[in-house]
Amino acid sequence: MQQVFSKPKSMKKDFRYTFCPGCDHGIAIRLIGEVIDELGVREEIISSTSVGCSVFLYDFLDIDAVEAPHGRALASATGVKRARPDKVVFTYSGDGDFASIGLAESMHTALRGEKITAFCINNTTYGMTGGQLGPTTLMGQKTTTSPTGRNQDYYGYPIKIAEHIALCDGTAFSARVSLDTVANINKAKQAIKKAFQVQLEGKGFGFVEILSSCPTNWHMTPEEAHERVRNEMMPVFPLGVFKEI
Amino acid sequence: MGKIVIDNNRCKSCYICTMTCPKGLIKKSDKTNRLGDYMVEFDDKNSECIGCAMCAKRCPDMAIEVYR
Amino acid sequence: MSDEKVLIKGNYAIAQAAVNAGCQCYFGYPITPQTEIGEYLSGKMQELDRAYVCAESELGAINMVMGAVSTGVKAMTSSSSCAVALMQEALSYAASDELPVVLVNVMRTGPGLGYIYPAQGDYNQAVYGGGNGDYKIIVLAPSTVQECVDLTYRAFYLAQKYRNPVILLADGLLGQMMEPASFGEYPYPEVDVSGWALTGAKGREARKIYSVAPDEKKQIQHIYDLHKKFEVITENETTYEEFNIDDAQIVLTAFGSMTRNIKAAMNVLRGKGIKAGCFRPVTLSPFPHKRISELAAAGKDFAVVEMNMGQMFKDVKYAVDGKSNVDLINRPCGEWLSVEEIVAGVEGVMQGGKTYAASI
Repeated sequence: MQQVFSKPKSMKKDFRYTFCPGCDHGIAIRLIGEVIDELGVREEIISSTSVGCSVFLYDFLDIDAVEAPHGRALASATGVKRARPDKVVFTYSGDGDFASIGLAESMHTALRGEKITAFCINNTTYGMTGGQLGPTTLMGQKTTTSPTGRNQDYYGYPIKIAEHIALCDGTAFSARVSLDTVANINKAKQAIKKAFQVQLEGKGFGFVEILSSCPTNWHMTPEEAHERVRNEMMPVFPLGVFKEI
Repeated sequence: MGKIVIDNNRCKSCYICTMTCPKGLIKKSDKTNRLGDYMVEFDDKNSECIGCAMCAKRCPDMAIEVYR
Repeated sequence: MSDEKVLIKGNYAIAQAAVNAGCQCYFGYPITPQTEIGEYLSGKMQELDRAYVCAESELGAINMVMGAVSTGVKAMTSSSSCAVALMQEALSYAASDELPVVLVNVMRTGPGLGYIYPAQGDYNQAVYGGGNGDYKIIVLAPSTVQECVDLTYRAFYLAQKYRNPVILLADGLLGQMMEPASFGEYPYPEVDVSGWALTGAKGREARKIYSVAPDEKKQIQHIYDLHKKFEVITENETTYEEFNIDDAQIVLTAFGSMTRNIKAAMNVLRGKGIKAGCFRPVTLSPFPHKRISELAAAGKDFAVVEMNMGQMFKDVKYAVDGKSNVDLINRPCGEWLSVEEIVAGVEGVMQGGKTYAASI
């Protein structure tokens, strides 16, 4: 028998994910690793990292990385890419980093059409700090800072990130994917690959919003959390490709 | 004909795999890991595993290797 | 570039010096009185096939610089006072990450939005920083357009040599005025960055540049290491200027543009029989504490002349440590203290030994 499924080669040899049990971060990072393997670009990559649960990316992927302050990953990545246009540059952020504190940086990077690939994990909460209301928290969702549930009067509305990024003229690819089923995981990988390819082909900004579960802060089992992704998140954040050139 | 190998040092007992295997070959074990969580075990007495790798694809911790 | 002198505005001088120094990327956002730096470079960088980005904000700009310099190239941003305030977070990160960021601050008036009157109110912001944690920045303060050139060169060199952020602390007067200056060649050797720069993990282990240390011992060691590095910088790079210091009874002390008038005031005072000298730190950080301490021990009094409420004054006082008198002659912003005002101030403090604030 041959091994048909193993850890991607572009991942570090010995590590154990520091995420909570059932967290989708692990799958997202593995998919990025698999795509990096398939495109053969590991040695060309420089990543700018974010702040949040996504920060420890460089402990798992065997790639060069520079940290950016909270929300500034896309600005840092712009600097990296402009300084070294021949390198493959990507960022990996949570929804808070990408679409709240870093919204200006993210949108303007897309508007400039930087040849950068960006991934945003949307789990409708601030995971690392224990589950507060974030930019993508759903209407009615209870968090530690919206104890009675999100309502418009108090908290306003959540942002549909992939749709907004798709509206930017510099965006070459914008999609929303999910990791709740094997089929969706396969589609997510295709989108991740496409987001890298538009960079490699010099077409512009590549973006994938990845719907993710957060069982710990949602107070659910991993499987219940995936049901929530399907039943509550997808109606608000529909899966699909919103722009592709 | 396939088989899987579960790395219990990586496994965090989220049990997603137990609900993913189309043939129900992955089960919650009676044994516990160092954190006291029940581990999972691969139980394929009748050689039903076809190595589809669905369990591995959904494992958030890359704790499953698949052979075919 | 030749040694020929050209009549040039301070902001343009800084910009052209950055080009000569090999600055590959400029990222900036407009703010008076430094906007000409970005305007000048926008054309220049394109012409030279280097990178120029009109950043969405100062936050964007400084973080783009951090990204760029992490790959081993020289890069800079420029801004002014209230906008430099926005960059303090990144400077803390850059100091911890040991990234050779070059930031030009052409000071205006604060606090808050303030206005574009000249001032020196960002001494504390530059030297002590507004970022979190225990970190230090190298701060260079030019006093002439020629020094805008020379210290811009030095800023790029020191940043890479010590892997430490450098602030060039100029002001609206210098930025906006024209003076003859010569550029010459970039006088420093190129620093080898191959040991740490991010270029993709090809044929070597992957590198990460970060300040997260979920390990107490590592964090403690890291802070000690940063401070040990700054001790070396202090030993090697502290620079200052002195005039008529040997027989001076009172030492007029200023930084940046204010240096220009204390030299003239010194001559007037000497004409009146007062033995005045001048002392001017070129590096505000590292600060020449040691030299000031020696001068104080020799019984020389100090009159600190600055366009703020006494920010450098405190450092001079700390260095003097009670060994002699230290007085302040100041105005918080606006018209620079004139030679007459400084002379009157020195005469006043010599009589009464009291802090002298110039009238509005």
